[in-house]
Amino acid sequence: MSPREHTPMQAELNAAGARRIDFARLASMREAGLIVIILLLCVAMSFASPHFLTWGNLRAMMMSFSIEGIVVVGMTILLIVGGIDLSVGSVVCFSMVISGALFLAGLDPWTASLAGIAASALIGAIMGFFVTVVGLNHFITSLAAMVIVRGLCLIITKGTPLSLFSLPPSFKAIGQGSFHNIPYVILIFLVVVAVFDFLLRRATAFRKVFYTGSNQKAAQFSGINTNQVKFWVTVLCSALAGFAGVIYMARFGAATPTFGAGMELNIIAAAVIGGASLNGGSGTIFGAILGMALLSVVTSSLILLDVSVYWQEMIKGCILLAAVSIDHFLHRRKS
Amino acid sequence: MTQAPILEIRGVSKAFGPVKALSDVRFELRRGEIHALCGENGAGKSTLMNILAGVLQPSDGEIWLDGQRVAIPSPAAAQRLGIGLVHQEIALCPDATVAENIYMAAINARRSPLMNFQKLYVEAQKVMDRLAPIPVRTKVADLSISNQQLVEIAKALTLDCKVLMLDEPTAALTESEAQRLFSIVRGLQQRGISVIYISHRMAEIFSLCDRVTVFRDGQYVATDPIADVSPDDVVRKMVGREITQLYPDKLAEAPGRVLLSVKGLSDSDCFKQVDLELRAGEILGMGGLIGAGRSEIAQTICGLRPATAGTVEIDGKPQRIRNYSDTVRSGLVYLSEDRKGSGVFLDMPIAANISALDLNKVTSLGLLNRKAEDRQAGELTKRLGVRMSGIGAAVSTLSGGNQQKVAIAKQLSVNPRVILMDEPTRGIDVGAKVEIHRLLRQLAARGVGIVVISSELPELIGLCDRVIVVHEGRIAGELGADALGEEAIMRLASGVKNSSTQQAAHVA
Repeated sequence: MSPREHTPMQAELNAAGARRIDFARLASMREAGLIVIILLLCVAMSFASPHFLTWGNLRAMMMSFSIEGIVVVGMTILLIVGGIDLSVGSVVCFSMVISGALFLAGLDPWTASLAGIAASALIGAIMGFFVTVVGLNHFITSLAAMVIVRGLCLIITKGTPLSLFSLPPSFKAIGQGSFHNIPYVILIFLVVVAVFDFLLRRATAFRKVFYTGSNQKAAQFSGINTNQVKFWVTVLCSALAGFAGVIYMARFGAATPTFGAGMELNIIAAAVIGGASLNGGSGTIFGAILGMALLSVVTSSLILLDVSVYWQEMIKGCILLAAVSIDHFLHRRKS
Repeated sequence: MTQAPILEIRGVSKAFGPVKALSDVRFELRRGEIHALCGENGAGKSTLMNILAGVLQPSDGEIWLDGQRVAIPSPAAAQRLGIGLVHQEIALCPDATVAENIYMAAINARRSPLMNFQKLYVEAQKVMDRLAPIPVRTKVADLSISNQQLVEIAKALTLDCKVLMLDEPTAALTESEAQRLFSIVRGLQQRGISVIYISHRMAEIFSLCDRVTVFRDGQYVATDPIADVSPDDVVRKMVGREITQLYPDKLAEAPGRVLLSVKGLSDSDCFKQVDLELRAGEILGMGGLIGAGRSEIAQTICGLRPATAGTVEIDGKPQRIRNYSDTVRSGLVYLSEDRKGSGVFLDMPIAANISALDLNKVTSLGLLNRKAEDRQAGELTKRLGVRMSGIGAAVSTLSGGNQQKVAIAKQLSVNPRVILMDEPTRGIDVGAKVEIHRLLRQLAARGVGIVVISSELPELIGLCDRVIVVHEGRIAGELGADALGEEAIMRLASGVKNSSTQQAAHVA
């Protein structure tokens, strides 16, 4: 396949400072491309609508994808390890419902929130068990979990939304307050992204995620306990969904048992547009967040342009298809 | 032999972007000959085969078949012209039966809407029986790799071809299967089919082929009748330099202390009561037929598979065989035979591949130390002579031999005391092979103990100080340096005990 190994020129290039070029170039190309597309859209929209480039609108856009963005972080890491989680929407809701119900039962909201996140992590652990010990795949396991957890939400709430207006203001501030005009929600989101982006690139534990997703057998033959890696990444994804759920609760002051239905598709679409491969082994947090931002800018533009809601979904779907096609085209050279 | 050649290639070039895979090559295949095509990996053999099979289109040049200039725009066109290719890599449908796979092309062209399975099985069995008695109703997934390779060849036989190209057909076959294949190829030759035979194994080429053409770096070097050249000549033409000695010198003095001692090792289904002892500084060969349990034994020693009985001692210390990472920590590493499947991370950078075995080495406070990782990769790739664009390049951009060097670099990164190597030179070119053999000898000279599992008899004999042979999950015998020989190994490997040489040769 590669008939060029023996040219002397090539050999002399050995060990030169060509560090991480091939690997990083594709990823950064994709990220730079996304930034350009987002900026172009923003410029075009600022001409089309005077409301687009206002602080109010930008803030609304950021708010709308910040909480989902936390879920995208977990999903991206799970995609890199070669898994997928269809249950995140249900788990976000589950966390809200558990925390809300415990709060209404008299627990203080902070402890109730921790319990909600722990319960979400437990859902992840159960899925992880079925994936690693029983040997089912992530897709089917999380599809079942999506339905089961949604059912749990309905059972716990008896189908009616929990009204949580009695939440103390100090707790609601997480979702509604701001620091120097920047909402806490956005700050929390930025911290989560920064931390996990750094860890994913630099932490040894997360390097194992790439090994496992890239070639599970080779990872095993390198002494990596791949089941352990997959288990903990599954737990992490659910826990982050649970964390997002708690913030949603603080923001809305309510827990609706149908909240988050269909969210998983948006999340997976964002990660994939950002360069995560469904075959595992590649993806970046930064890219996934850009994917999320693109979807958000498009949605906001369509609303400002008065495009019918019916069309919005279809257009977002087309963007996903285009992004995946471009990715496929770029990677086709890899036999 | 004076009549017009069946196939002639004139001035064919093929460029992939700026890279010239073939420049102005020629090749001539006479009617009814078996013509070997040799060259290191990257010499352009596969490119030429793919052009003839219609997979790739030449940038320039002419192809003449049977005295007429032809274009081969697609694999279907190649089939119509009577050119068949058996790929080096197996491309079968694992969930379909052997019969369905053999007749895939015919089924594809079939007009009638219903299948006649009865006829399909009968016909397929006839074809299959010419190679090996594999039941054609079996699913391909249930066959061993070597049997799958035979199915692949059977598939090509069903196409009514004038020119058959075999790309390393024996890479996954045992000696006896290979011999059967040779007699089939000779049979095809008698039926007037002309064969292009690609192989790295000189012994095969010299026992089977009529002429040999050598390519180097995408260029035509020479075509000679086999009778006029020696294996050394061919190798010299392939690498373009003198290889004075194909195998490095063996151990001169007595080996050192016992590094690895295995006693009574058994697993649940593949092997029983295996004893072996490896000393510092020696290279111990492990021979046997494919499926005899050699890989399973090695994988069990290092904790990649569960053992049911037995003990393993490394450097005198008993090991609890639990998991591979513990074994690595105690100084024993295993190189897998399946390079792409379990040896390397193809889409990851070279540096990350090399550090995979012991991440702690390049970690401080839970974070990766990229500088340390790069330094380690830089040193090891230099020491092993990996030809690459940089340590950040993905392993998939390397040739097979260089990928294998990266896999070996990964093992060396932990400074192992014992290395178990499973088919360390399978499917890589002669130049890289010689380099790897030298490297193994150097490691041994520094006191490392090395076990080499190989299906290539010349490798076992040329490289190893001592060879143990596995037959059906048991150690059939051991051959010291003075007793090493192809016949002796084959006799043990095929379970022939005290019979005459005649019989052994027959089995081989």
